[in-house]
Amino acid sequence: MPLTMEFDIKAGDFVLAGEASSKIKDTLKKLGVKPEILKKVAIVSYEAEMNIVIHSVGGVLKAIISKDKIEIIAEDRGPGIENIELAMMEGYSTAPEEIRNLGFGAGMGLPNMKKYSDYFEIESQKGSGTRVYMVVLNK
Amino acid sequence: MPFNLHSIMLDREKCRGCTNCIKKCPTEAIRVRNSKARIIDQRCIDCGECIRTCPYHAKYAVTNSLDDIQKYEYKVALPAPSFYAQFETDDINKLLQALLEIGFDDIFEVAKAAEIVTEFTKQFILQRRDKIPIISSACPAVVRLIQTKFPDLIDNILPLASPMELAAYLAKKKINKQKGIEINKIGAFFISPCAAKMTYVKLPLGFERSYVDGVIAIKDIYGLVRSKLRSIKDVKPLSISSGKGIGWAASGGESLALGIDEYVNVDGIHNVIKVLEEIENGRLNNIVYFEGLACSGGCVGGPLTIENPYVAKNRIKKWSSKLATSSQVLEETTNQIINSLGIKMEDLLFKKELEVNPVLELDSDIEEAMKKYERVNEILKILPGLDCGACGSPTCKTLAEDIVRGLANDTDCIFILRENIKELAKKMVELSNKIPPSLERDED
Ligand code: SF4
Ligand code: SF4
Repeated sequence: MPLTMEFDIKAGDFVLAGEASSKIKDTLKKLGVKPEILKKVAIVSYEAEMNIVIHSVGGVLKAIISKDKIEIIAEDRGPGIENIELAMMEGYSTAPEEIRNLGFGAGMGLPNMKKYSDYFEIESQKGSGTRVYMVVLNK
Repeated sequence: MPFNLHSIMLDREKCRGCTNCIKKCPTEAIRVRNSKARIIDQRCIDCGECIRTCPYHAKYAVTNSLDDIQKYEYKVALPAPSFYAQFETDDINKLLQALLEIGFDDIFEVAKAAEIVTEFTKQFILQRRDKIPIISSACPAVVRLIQTKFPDLIDNILPLASPMELAAYLAKKKINKQKGIEINKIGAFFISPCAAKMTYVKLPLGFERSYVDGVIAIKDIYGLVRSKLRSIKDVKPLSISSGKGIGWAASGGESLALGIDEYVNVDGIHNVIKVLEEIENGRLNNIVYFEGLACSGGCVGGPLTIENPYVAKNRIKKWSSKLATSSQVLEETTNQIINSLGIKMEDLLFKKELEVNPVLELDSDIEEAMKKYERVNEILKILPGLDCGACGSPTCKTLAEDIVRGLANDTDCIFILRENIKELAKKMVELSNKIPPSLERDED
């Protein structure tokens, strides 16, 4: 039986931001997941969470932990990405000035998620929302 | 970690079971059971937080006594940089002289070793830009914290000997070379602000064995040194450290000595945890060096010091700037020492890999661990979520884990106990109201 964790992520809440991925990390440590795997999940789940906080109107972060893999799913309720190819480019960012000033939104979010996951899938539609599905293999 | 290797201990007589300490421990290593605190040895990282918190002074650190130096033919003191901050004096040489007068034959300043470590750290950084941030290994409590709570950051730890370890190595090498005394007849004793260093000596990090033979708490010799200080007349030039090495005593000093801009220095174990979390999330990727010190203010705030850490920090600052002008000359002596003793990067590099300390795992088998995790969550639902600590575990969650690990019962929670008693009382009333059944049997 896989273990599922689910968190509501509020948009624009930088105080709570990072808590969900922190909890996922803690759980993996309790489960004794290897350091290399932990490192990957830490980065992808944090970036996914921050993406919802920065770029969306809010959404859900989910982790499904099984023996051989960890799935991270980030689903938001909009506004969606106009040009996914562009968004996947390193350094490309649509984050507003005030968020960049906080040290976020450097345009590394999606590229990092792709880089540190073993499987990466993104679906988005302008006007509806974005869904990122990632797998980190536990081996 | 085996019991007898730990420095932090509990005085059962003094402990009142007040639960103050359990909340402050960064690795949830303390439980109160039967009104007495207990330290779970495998979890303790010797940060000294509980020593600082306990209102009854029931926690203490085991260190060597000054008598222990007598076991060695030639006794060398390795004063920590923070030692210089404990006394009001116009001359550091007097402080070192006082150490000779209390029974040591020689001195090797850890501050000087720190300067040498800085030189090699610079080299290391140039080679290893790919693994950043590089995390300082100078504070053993922080290294153990990472082994316990941040296993994914072990790779980032600077694999070089700490200034204390290097000081002992160099002192012995030098004395052996110059005086011809055999290494095993030389006793090297760290004059320490730090409890974690004591554990380090018995269970070194990155090495099989430490060159340090013992650790003497600053607080234990403070009075003696002070009384000697008053009578010192002729001052010999003993100190060869510059402000850079002495600066290591306070948080930020190590980073400053490196002379780089992209560093972060953090003091206080709970602050260190917060920043390590960020490093874990990949948030500090443009930072090259991370200096984390468990004690607030850095080693000047170590649990075995006497002087108020803020006053001490100020003294370190003064010494650092006063001796900064001489640093050009002293940098030469740093290089001279490196050359004359033939020190290479090899000598400083860890000989043993740092391992994960798996005490937080619920089970070594992941499927079992997952089942146990579910049970923890089930139990959590019936606990009140107040984290009151009355059960003796720091939080409801830790109690739930303790129950699953078989180390506690749900009735350790006073709220559950009260519920159970209420239930029981209700049943007793019900029972007492029951009319006894007739003893006569139906005959057919
Ligand atoms: S020294 Fe630190 S880790 Fe050890 S029991 Fe005390 S507070 Fe916990
Ligand atoms: S900050 Fe210094 S005194 Fe405190 S635990 Fe670390 S090394 Fe020891």
